Amino acid sequence: MAESVVTTVPGGWAVLAGILLCGLAFFAVALDAALSARAQGTGGGWGAPLGRAARLLRQRRRSTVAADTLLWRIGGAGMLVGAFLMIAVIPLGEWTLADLDVGVVWFNTVDVMVWALVWLAGWGANSAHGLVGGYRFLAHGLAYELPLMFALVAPAIAAGSLAVGDVAAAQDGVWFVVWMPVAFLVFLIGVTGFSVWGPFTPALAADIGGGVLAELSGVDRLVLQAGRYLFLTAGAAFSVPLFLGGGAGPVLPGWAWVLVKTVAVLAVLVWLRRKLPLLRPDRFMEIGWMVLLPAAVLQDLVVSLVVVWKG
Amino acid sequence: MLVGIVFWVLAVVAVTAGAAVFVVDSMARATYALALSFIAVGVQILLLGQSYLGIITILMMVMEMAVMAVYMVMFMGMNPALMPMDMTHGKKTAIVASAGVFVLLAAGALLVPWPQRRGAPPEDLTHALGLEIMGEKMLIMAVVGPVMVATIVAGVVLAAHRTRYDRLGDDLRRRPADDPQPGGVGR
Repeated sequence: MAESVVTTVPGGWAVLAGILLCGLAFFAVALDAALSARAQGTGGGWGAPLGRAARLLRQRRRSTVAADTLLWRIGGAGMLVGAFLMIAVIPLGEWTLADLDVGVVWFNTVDVMVWALVWLAGWGANSAHGLVGGYRFLAHGLAYELPLMFALVAPAIAAGSLAVGDVAAAQDGVWFVVWMPVAFLVFLIGVTGFSVWGPFTPALAADIGGGVLAELSGVDRLVLQAGRYLFLTAGAAFSVPLFLGGGAGPVLPGWAWVLVKTVAVLAVLVWLRRKLPLLRPDRFMEIGWMVLLPAAVLQDLVVSLVVVWKG
Repeated sequence: MLVGIVFWVLAVVAVTAGAAVFVVDSMARATYALALSFIAVGVQILLLGQSYLGIITILMMVMEMAVMAVYMVMFMGMNPALMPMDMTHGKKTAIVASAGVFVLLAAGALLVPWPQRRGAPPEDLTHALGLEIMGEKMLIMAVVGPVMVATIVAGVVLAAHRTRYDRLGDDLRRRPADDPQPGGVGR
């Protein structure tokens, strides 16, 4: 096996990685609040999420009859934990927490966990609205997950490796986003999907009383909402080594470029929330299978042909 | 030492979670107890140094259990799966069969003269294992894949009560198709 291109740092640095992830996620929350405030023509906004979080922390838990509390809590807390698991394989410039030889598959596994977690969060409350929300998410998942998997395949084929560090290093000359734009787009759709974000929020929509969030209150609600933002952030961060050249860039050191690119992708995803309509799960099912999946497979084919041709 | 402890903890988790599948009274708990059991097995595979196989096992099993939740409402009517229910049926036969199989397998594991290790494990375990399993049978494997997909598609086509004539009219010219569930791309 080839020498690793990234340095694995001791486990203690995981704390710093976690803090970075939280900071970036808070940036997403604050940006979203500021954009909301601007859209409504009210002032401020940046600080509003802190107030909302403090209120949720003080709020008493609502309980429901015959709730499956164990599964309910696993669903909510898992969303928070999952995002931290995801960033373990993302190299920050030349450092990484875990230089896994199958880092791309690791990312995929964690994002599949979200299927279980969101459904469990919807199931646990023993509420019809929550359950409907959980099933809406699963329907979305069935449509976005396979295209996402095939989108992940493209950079891995081009790099000839499933290690995230190798994929980033393989983009020496030209970033993968340039010659696999379809895979990049499908990847971002997948990221919004598993973060239950923007067009993929019917699972939490008002027409079913908040869906998965319907009965969640207090700290449980805070944890699940934070988990969504953390997943969005982790997904944006993963797009950097996969498609955007990792830490490559002039003047600034690698780690700074990773952060800059992550913030840029994250900001676009947050900004797009207001620009895109909700995707109904039944409608999106066909979009996923008839449009996105063939597009992603074709992209893989093109990438494979290029790799074979270049030898 | 550490690997030994992890192995035994995972083994206990896998077996107890597997047993919990039949003890709990909720479809959701049974499903995710099974998922936990498989996750423990996946981590066991990681202990063998098969990182790809271990992680892909976890990925597939968690996804499968989530899809199981879809089947719960698709195929089980409205809807015993959402109510507390007994996870067992045909108990006597099942207990006899499973005890018999367990004794057989356990006896096999204990009585078989396990060979001593010869040589060292290869550099890339997953690659070596793939070659060992599939190497000379690659053509068969490559054929089996499409055949399986075709079987699944044919099965769904045969099971669906609506045909293309229902969708597209007797002359197959109706556009857009008459579907009970409207699609997203306006076909």
